[in-house]
Amino acid sequence: MKASAFSYARATSVANALDLLAAHGDSAKVLSGGQSLMPAMNLRLINPELLVDIGDLAELRGIVLRGDVLRIGALTRHVDLLQSPEIAAHAPLLTEAIGHVAHPAIRNRGTIGGSLAHADPASELPACMLALKATIIVRGQPGERRIAAGDFFTGIYETALSPQELLVAVEVPVARKDSTHFFHEFARRHGDYAIVGAAAQAVVRDGVFADLRIAFFAVGDRPLLAKVAARLVDVAITPVILAEASAALGEELDPQEDQQASAAMRRHLAGVLLVRGVSALLGRPDLSGAPA
Amino acid sequence: MTMEAPIVLVPISLQVNGEPVEAQVLPRLNLADFLREHLSLTGTHVGCEHGVCGACTVRVNGDIVRSCLMLAVQTHRASVETIEGLSDSGEIADLQASFRQRNALQCGYCTPGMLMTAQDLLKQHPEAGREQIREHLSGNYCRCTGYQAIVDAVEATARTRMERPS
Repeated sequence: MKASAFSYARATSVANALDLLAAHGDSAKVLSGGQSLMPAMNLRLINPELLVDIGDLAELRGIVLRGDVLRIGALTRHVDLLQSPEIAAHAPLLTEAIGHVAHPAIRNRGTIGGSLAHADPASELPACMLALKATIIVRGQPGERRIAAGDFFTGIYETALSPQELLVAVEVPVARKDSTHFFHEFARRHGDYAIVGAAAQAVVRDGVFADLRIAFFAVGDRPLLAKVAARLVDVAITPVILAEASAALGEELDPQEDQQASAAMRRHLAGVLLVRGVSALLGRPDLSGAPA
Repeated sequence: MTMEAPIVLVPISLQVNGEPVEAQVLPRLNLADFLREHLSLTGTHVGCEHGVCGACTVRVNGDIVRSCLMLAVQTHRASVETIEGLSDSGEIADLQASFRQRNALQCGYCTPGMLMTAQDLLKQHPEAGREQIREHLSGNYCRCTGYQAIVDAVEATARTRMERPS
């Protein structure tokens, strides 16, 4: 199908975009890369009256390293993240995750800001933001708000962003020298929506986790930072401890049932990913057996 | 109170296959329909219209994109290349010959998108092997060939290009 009729405004600056959003509020949508918005409009799932195109706002583009923080502009495309030496050096989890996002033609248009503001519970970048302890920066006419990734995602396609605000950037702490990461997702075919996925960032000292953040996606109405990770920090991990954590993880999750998988299958696969993730992060192939 | 924004034609100015184009378009018009219906460039095919099938793949500013997921108004000041452009310039003559030789098409609906995507891969990774070819083409659906012959054709082109002194 084709999108129904709407009016269009090409924003000339962030201030101009905020004026348009202030005036048109709920009836407007922000157009960034359009790789989620356009399908939804073509399928007539949403019919905004006005699109505010922010595609020309160069100030929202690019990746800057400032001290121990990477600031990524909202309009930075997936392909830019994939090819960025700064991202590869300081947030390698993102480099790895992007390879799982859709297909090259989509990654050439899709943006990080668009992906986060869209907040599809099955998408990769929101979970990465949780694992990386990112801060999401949004701007409205009253000023800027800095929102921890953990507080940003509030439901299926729902975020803390108000209709009058624009997501302008994310800040990701630079990965510590002794940190390590893991990313994996199960999907029917490469580039399909994940059935279940996990993104993790950890600090390992002497074979023990000093820190572990593991975020799951496609397991509920929003990405979820697993609380069970706390049980795995500062302890010598055995297959038994890991199996218990994997079972406890199932209780934290509230997966949906859909055409791709039942809730029970998603719980099982999340447990498999926890085991594989911990095994990979610690470099302990002995832990990677099937969960008990 | 929100103000109603009027729906008006938007002037755009772009390059299509190297030629300057000026047009007035409605915001809802997507790039695929603009190319097909306004410019009669019907080599760009429209399959699913929600970014899944890849039949509408074109190049914008050198990057392959889904033309069903891009509005014509977003191509203002951009350079668009379609299958007609790549075909007429001879850029993909060898790839097209290889598709023909290996029966890498049957009904032909997916072929323009396949060629755009395969050429994108071969430009970025001339040495691409079968796995990489499959991955790069994974967003382009073909309902006839079973993909094997398409991968064969792209692989054969990659090999021939690598052997050719440049």
